[in-house]
Amino acid sequence: MTTSATSLDKRLILVDKTIAVHGNRRDALLEILHTAHNVYGFLDKKILLHISEKLRIPPSQVYGVATFYNYFKLKKPGSHSVTFCLGTACYVKGVEEILSALEKEFNVKRGETSSDGKLSLFVTRCVGACAMAPNVIVDDEMIGKATKEVVLERIRKILESERVEA
Amino acid sequence: MSERIVKLIIDGKEIFAKPTDTILKAAIDNGIQIPTLCYLEGLTPHGGCRLCVVEVKGNPKLMTSCTTPVSNNMEIITNSPKLIKYRKQIIELLLAERIHTCSVCIANGSCELQELASKFGVDHTNVSRNWERFELDMSHERFVLDHNRCILCTRCIRVCDEIEGVHTLDIKRRGKDSMIIVDLDEPWSASYSCTSCGKCSAVCPVGAIYVKGKPLSETKRKELPKFITERRRR
Amino acid sequence: MKPEEIQKIAETEHDLRMSYKYRINVCCSSGCLPFGAQKLLKAFEDTIKELGLERVCKVARTGCVGTCSVAPVVLIDPGNHLYQNVKPEDAKKIVQEHIINGQVLEEYLYKNEAYFSKQYRLILRNAGKIDPLRIEDYIAVGGYSALAKALTQMTPEQIIYEISLSGLRGRGGAGFSTGQKWNFVAKSTAKPKYIVANLDEGDPGVFANRTLAEADPHAIIEGMTIAAYAVGAEKGFIYIRAEYPLAIQTLKKAIEQAKSYGLLGNNILGSTLNFDIELRLGAGAFVAGEETAILSSIEGLRATPRPRPPYPAVSGLWGKPTLINNVETLANVPLIILNGGTWFSKLGTPKCTGTKCFSLTGKVKNPGLIEVPMGITLKEIVYEIGGGVPDGKKFKAVLVGGPSGGCLPESMLSLPIDYESLTQAGAIMGSGGIVVIDDESCIVDTARFFIDFCMDESCGKCIPCRAGLPKVREILDRIMLGEGKVEDLKVLEELCYLIKDASLCGLGQTAPNPVLTTLNYFKQEYLAHIVEKSCPAKKCILKKVEVVKE
Repeated sequence: MTTSATSLDKRLILVDKTIAVHGNRRDALLEILHTAHNVYGFLDKKILLHISEKLRIPPSQVYGVATFYNYFKLKKPGSHSVTFCLGTACYVKGVEEILSALEKEFNVKRGETSSDGKLSLFVTRCVGACAMAPNVIVDDEMIGKATKEVVLERIRKILESERVEA
Repeated sequence: MSERIVKLIIDGKEIFAKPTDTILKAAIDNGIQIPTLCYLEGLTPHGGCRLCVVEVKGNPKLMTSCTTPVSNNMEIITNSPKLIKYRKQIIELLLAERIHTCSVCIANGSCELQELASKFGVDHTNVSRNWERFELDMSHERFVLDHNRCILCTRCIRVCDEIEGVHTLDIKRRGKDSMIIVDLDEPWSASYSCTSCGKCSAVCPVGAIYVKGKPLSETKRKELPKFITERRRR
Repeated sequence: MKPEEIQKIAETEHDLRMSYKYRINVCCSSGCLPFGAQKLLKAFEDTIKELGLERVCKVARTGCVGTCSVAPVVLIDPGNHLYQNVKPEDAKKIVQEHIINGQVLEEYLYKNEAYFSKQYRLILRNAGKIDPLRIEDYIAVGGYSALAKALTQMTPEQIIYEISLSGLRGRGGAGFSTGQKWNFVAKSTAKPKYIVANLDEGDPGVFANRTLAEADPHAIIEGMTIAAYAVGAEKGFIYIRAEYPLAIQTLKKAIEQAKSYGLLGNNILGSTLNFDIELRLGAGAFVAGEETAILSSIEGLRATPRPRPPYPAVSGLWGKPTLINNVETLANVPLIILNGGTWFSKLGTPKCTGTKCFSLTGKVKNPGLIEVPMGITLKEIVYEIGGGVPDGKKFKAVLVGGPSGGCLPESMLSLPIDYESLTQAGAIMGSGGIVVIDDESCIVDTARFFIDFCMDESCGKCIPCRAGLPKVREILDRIMLGEGKVEDLKVLEELCYLIKDASLCGLGQTAPNPVLTTLNYFKQEYLAHIVEKSCPAKKCILKKVEVVKE
C-alpha cells in the first residue's frame, strides 16, 4: 500500500487537532495516542516522537506508555485481521482450538502477521459478548458461537476473493 | 502540618518521630534496620521491591515502610518470621528472574542484591531459574546497559528524571516483559536526550548499568549528596 | 433548566409513552448488534410505517434485556413479551399477529420463567425499556428527579447520611462502604476535587458495566452529579475501556444531552453546583481498573498502582482529593436519594444491602446478564436462573469474581452471595463474573488460564506479582505435562501466599485465588496429574502445552 504525502499530512493534522483540543495537556497522552492509532492503524516511532515533542513529554515516557497498553500496536498489521477473544467464557468454550487451527492453517502465530502481510492474528481479553462465546472477530465482523470450520471458511473466502481481484 | 512529635513502637522499642516521617526513616533514625532495595534516599519512594514491608498492628495488610507515614501510637513489627520468609522468597524470585551469576558480574562484591542474599541466607532458589539472554547495550562510549542483571528497581529512571532532569530512561512493556529503555527504545549511543552524566550507573544496586572498564566499587554511590536531594523538585 | 421543568418533561414524555398501545423494544446492545439487531430495528420501523401503525405502536432502540444467548431479542410491552432469535423477516409476522391481531406468537417467545423470576432488576430496571440515546426517555421514567431532589431539598451532609444509611458498598469488588468513602472526600479541604467513575471492566467474562452504560447511561451521569454535589467536586471522569465502542458512543451522546439540558455544566438546575464530565478511554490494561492505577492512567501515565497511603480521597488525581466509584455503585445513588437509605438497607442482607449484577457465562443453559439481590445462593444462580449445565454434562465448579476470583465446588453452592462469605470461601465479589465449568474442563488448566491472564496483565512494578506469577505458571505447566512432583504443590502454595500478602495492589493480592481455591477444593485433581499422570477431564498430558518463551 502506498500513501501519498497529502494523505499523510491529513492524518498528522488529525493528530495535531486532538492535541490542540486537549490544550497540549500532557495528561491527554492516551487520548492522543488513541487518535494517532486510529488514523495510522499503528504507532510508529516517528509519530511517537512527534507527540513527544508536541506535548513536551520525554520520548522514553511516551514509548513506555504506548507499549504498556495492549490496545496499541507498534507494528503495521496485515491487511486482514482476525481477533480471538481469550476471555474466560470463550476459553471455557474452546476458542483456543480455533486459534490453533488458524495458526496451523495460515502459518502465522498469535500476535503476528503472515509473511505476505495479508493476515494478522490477534488475541484480546474479552470483547464482552460472553453469552455468545466463543467469539472471533474477522476484520470488523463478529462471529459469535464460532466454530473452527466457520472461521476458517470465512478467511479462506476473504483471501480467495482478493486473489481473484488481483 | 504541626511540628508535634509522635510516639510509636517499632519491634517493641518505643521511639519518637516527626509526623511527616516514613516508618523507614523513623526506624533508620533509631538504629533499626529494615532491608530495602528500590529505595534510595532523595528519590521518590517507589514501593516496588516489597522488601521493606512491615506489619502494622490493626492493619491486615503489609505496609511498605518506605512510603507509609508514621502515626501516633503505631505498633510496628519489622522482623517477624513471616516477613523474613517473604523477604527471602522475594530475593529468590529476583535471582531466578534473570541471569544473575555473581562470579562474572562487574558488581561482584559491591552488589546490593548479592549482599541481601547472603544476609538472608539465600543459598539456592526453590523455583527454576531463567537463562534467557538479552542483548547488552554497549553502544555508549562510557556506559553499559545489561538487561540480564536488571531488577527493574527504577532507581536509574528516577535519578535521571528527578535529579538530572532529562528522563532519558523509562520502562517499555509491562509485567515480566518490562525492560529499561533509552529514549524510543534506541541504542544508548543514539540518544539525543542523555547527558552522559552517569548518575544511573552510580545508583544501580546491581551490575545492570555500569561504567566501562571500572570496578563498580569505584563508581557506585549508595547515597546521593544531600545538597542534590534537597534541591530536587517536589 | 429548573427542577420544575424536569417534572414537566417527565409528564409530557410519560403521556406520549402512554399514547401508544404497544411498544416494541429492540435490543441494540453489544450482545445483539453483531447478530443483526440494527437490521431488525429497521425492519420493525419499516413494517410499522408500511401498515400505518405509527400512532399505535412505538418502535424503540433499547439497551440490553439480559438474555444475550438468544440474541437478537425484542421485548414487546405491555406484557413484557420477550421474543428470541428474531430475524428481520420475522418482523412482519410479529407485527401482524401481536400488534394487529393481539395474538402472542408462542413459538418465538423466550420461555424461561425462572431466569427472570429469581432476579431483582434495580440497576437494570430501565435496561431494555428505554432508548439510551434519548435523555427524554430517562426523564420520563423518573430520571434526574433524584438530582433535582438532592439539589433542592438536601444538603451534602444529608446525602452522605442517606448513602451511609443505605449500607451501599462499592460494587467494584472490594466492598468498601460508599458512604464512608464519600465522607472522606467531602472532609478533604484541598481543591479542586475530582470524581472518577470506574468503567474499566477488564475481567474476561464480565460485561455488567458495559451493559449498564449501553442501556442506561444517564443513571451513571445522575449518580455522579449527585456525588459531585455531596463531596464538592467540580470535575468528573468516566474511565472506560476502549474495547467498548458502543458504550463509549452512548455515554458521549448522553453527556452531550445532559449538557444541553443544563444537567451538567454551571449552575445545574439553578443551584450553585458546577460539574462537568469528561470521558477517558483505557487502552487494554486490566490493572488500570485498580483504584490507584486508574489515576495514573487518567494522568496519561503507565497504569501502575501507587502505594496507599496516601489514599485517593486525600491525594488522588494530580494530588487532589478524588472519589473513585464503580459505575454500578453510582447507578444505585439516584434510587437511594429518591427512596431513602432505609428503603435500600432492607434489600439484600443486613451487612450487604441492595442488588448485584452478574455476568453468568460458561457451561450454563441460560447465560446472560443478571441482577440478583445480595444473599441469593450460588445454587439459585447456577441452577434456577442459569438452568444448570447443558447437554447432560456434569457440573464441576463455578468461578466467582473474575480471573482473580475463586473456583468453588458443588459443595459450596449453598454459599450466599455477599462480600464476606465469598472472601471466606477464597473467592471475591470482584466485578461480578460467574463462569460455570463442567467435567470437560480440567481444574489445573483452568487455574493456569487465570494465572496466565494475571501474569499478562501484571504491570511489573512489584516483584512478587511480576516475578512470582510466571513461576506459578511454570509449575502448573509442569503439572499439566505430567512432570510435576508432589513437592511442587508446597512450593506452589508458598509462592501463592507471598504474592497474596506482599504484592502492591489488588491484582497481585488476589491473583493466586484460583490456585489456592483449587488446591483447597480440588487437590485430588492436582494429585491425579502428578501421581497417576492422568487428567480427570482428559484435557492435559496427552495434549502438549505450549510453553511460551519470552
